Amino acid sequence: MKGSFAFTLALGDDALIAAQRLAEWTTRAPEMEEDIALANIALDQLGAARLLLSYAGELEGAGRDEDALAYLRDDREFRNCLLVELPNGDFAVTMAKLLVLAAYQVPLYTALADSSDERLAAIGGKARKESAYHLDHASLWVRRLGDGTEESHRRMQAGIDQIWPYADELFVAWPDAPVDPATLRAAFDETVTTVLTEATLTVPEAGWSPTGGRDGLHTEHLSYLLAEMQVLHRAHPGARW
Amino acid sequence: MYGNDFSGEDPPGGLLGEVEAAEAALRAAAERGRAAAEPGADLAAYFAGIVDADQKVEPRDWMPEAYRRTLIRQIAQHAHSEIIGMQPEGNWISRAPSLKRKAILLAKVQDEAGHGLYLYAAAETLGISRDELVDLLLSGRQKYSSIFNYPTLSWADVGAIGWLVDGAAIVNQVPLCRCSYGPYARAMIRVCKEESFHQRQGYEILHTLAHGTPAQKEMAQDSVNRWWYPSLAMFGPPDGDSTHSAQSMAWKIKRFSNDELRQRFVDMCVGQAEVLGLTLPDPDLRWNEERQSYDFTQPDYDELMRVIKGNGPCNRQRMEHRRRAHREGAWVREAAAAYAAKHTEKEKVAA
Repeated sequence: MKGSFAFTLALGDDALIAAQRLAEWTTRAPEMEEDIALANIALDQLGAARLLLSYAGELEGAGRDEDALAYLRDDREFRNCLLVELPNGDFAVTMAKLLVLAAYQVPLYTALADSSDERLAAIGGKARKESAYHLDHASLWVRRLGDGTEESHRRMQAGIDQIWPYADELFVAWPDAPVDPATLRAAFDETVTTVLTEATLTVPEAGWSPTGGRDGLHTEHLSYLLAEMQVLHRAHPGARW
Repeated sequence: MYGNDFSGEDPPGGLLGEVEAAEAALRAAAERGRAAAEPGADLAAYFAGIVDADQKVEPRDWMPEAYRRTLIRQIAQHAHSEIIGMQPEGNWISRAPSLKRKAILLAKVQDEAGHGLYLYAAAETLGISRDELVDLLLSGRQKYSSIFNYPTLSWADVGAIGWLVDGAAIVNQVPLCRCSYGPYARAMIRVCKEESFHQRQGYEILHTLAHGTPAQKEMAQDSVNRWWYPSLAMFGPPDGDSTHSAQSMAWKIKRFSNDELRQRFVDMCVGQAEVLGLTLPDPDLRWNEERQSYDFTQPDYDELMRVIKGNGPCNRQRMEHRRRAHREGAWVREAAAAYAAKHTEKEKVAA
């Protein structure tokens, strides 16, 4: 049960922090259509986060609901991967992040849909359809930017280079989890390599691979993100909204 | 499923029934059909006949140039308002106090972008492009609703915007569901349905706050105090000073005067405020038995004019934000165009 709780919490945190970052784009996107698309993806991630955090709270059995878990934990208690907490950067960095996240979430949720845990299976079944759309959206933009103008090619390559080191953390072995992420690496590599090649981009060399998110050891960015997300909730202890 | 799973009381006096009636009337008008203009017919008379018979003018029809210009201006301003209107509420997405509220707010702001898009599409049927309209907005030659130049200073403002601002928008827009120009009328039906849902959500936020802790109730009251008059001003200058009214009424673009709609809005809000347990910031607000309406203090129209002219609290901020998003997104739009051009070229070669 302990493995299940930690795992569910980690996936819920990934989705929640990703939603928070994507939502920052609202009113700032390069096109009105893209404003809608990014808000849509943020909303999907938030929806998955709510289901996962609610279930994590039940697995823990300490009476914490989705809001207690989202608003009343500090950064040292968050279990999201470092990838999702990185700042948005320009549109290319955001699309690089989304490509990596979605290419990881699609096989993850697909495997989860076959999990023996019925609740996780139901969440996986719902979320994988949304993730497939996110992957499609990110892939399209990575191709457009990679194979667009010189400027967009340069920015897209820089975005991928900047984000790439953070992908390794997603696949660190977790043997007692309902789905061991290490088993998803091959599918991820195949998807991402295909997209980057079509986009006329270079797959970065392996090198530095920062980790720590799953143990609550984050980048300096997360604490600021939480300060903003939690400020109002924490200012009114016990209030209903 | 995300974003609409709240339960709560409906604000009394909802206008959704009127939207549905307008939709039925639109269908009936389409079924009645109308004869095409005979070759050599008097086009102006034919146009007047369509308007008089409550049929819809469609993009292919002849129309007076001033009718076309008025509609472009009005629909574009409406579209710009949806797009700029995303900012004050978008300001609270990152800080929404529960995950459920965050989801509802994200969905709402997304809806507004969608409204903007279909209004731009309606304007495009009149022979102007969206790029031209966006340029008119960014260069300050076209306006957006004055209300979005006020800041959102607390979470309760998200509720007040839903209840009062969306409420005023609906009162304004429900008659537009019967507007003589078909594409605009049809867009308004879709917009009003979603807006009335947004209004209900805003009302529900205030209801929860007003029945919450003393600090929450105070937050709600402060917010209503700040948004009441700017919302009343949304109906525009008083009838005596309104420049576009008479002609727009004759063309059945507008159906009621600014003051009539403002009165309708006040009458609707008083009962809703009572249910909320909040007061409207007008000591002279009282029922007038003779008029069967509420007497109220008019908004400060000098302030309205200052805001329209660009000197409200957030005009500069809103415009700069929009311009920056457009500017910083230019390389992305250029990339998409270059990619599309390359790939159409490749497909042509392959074929």
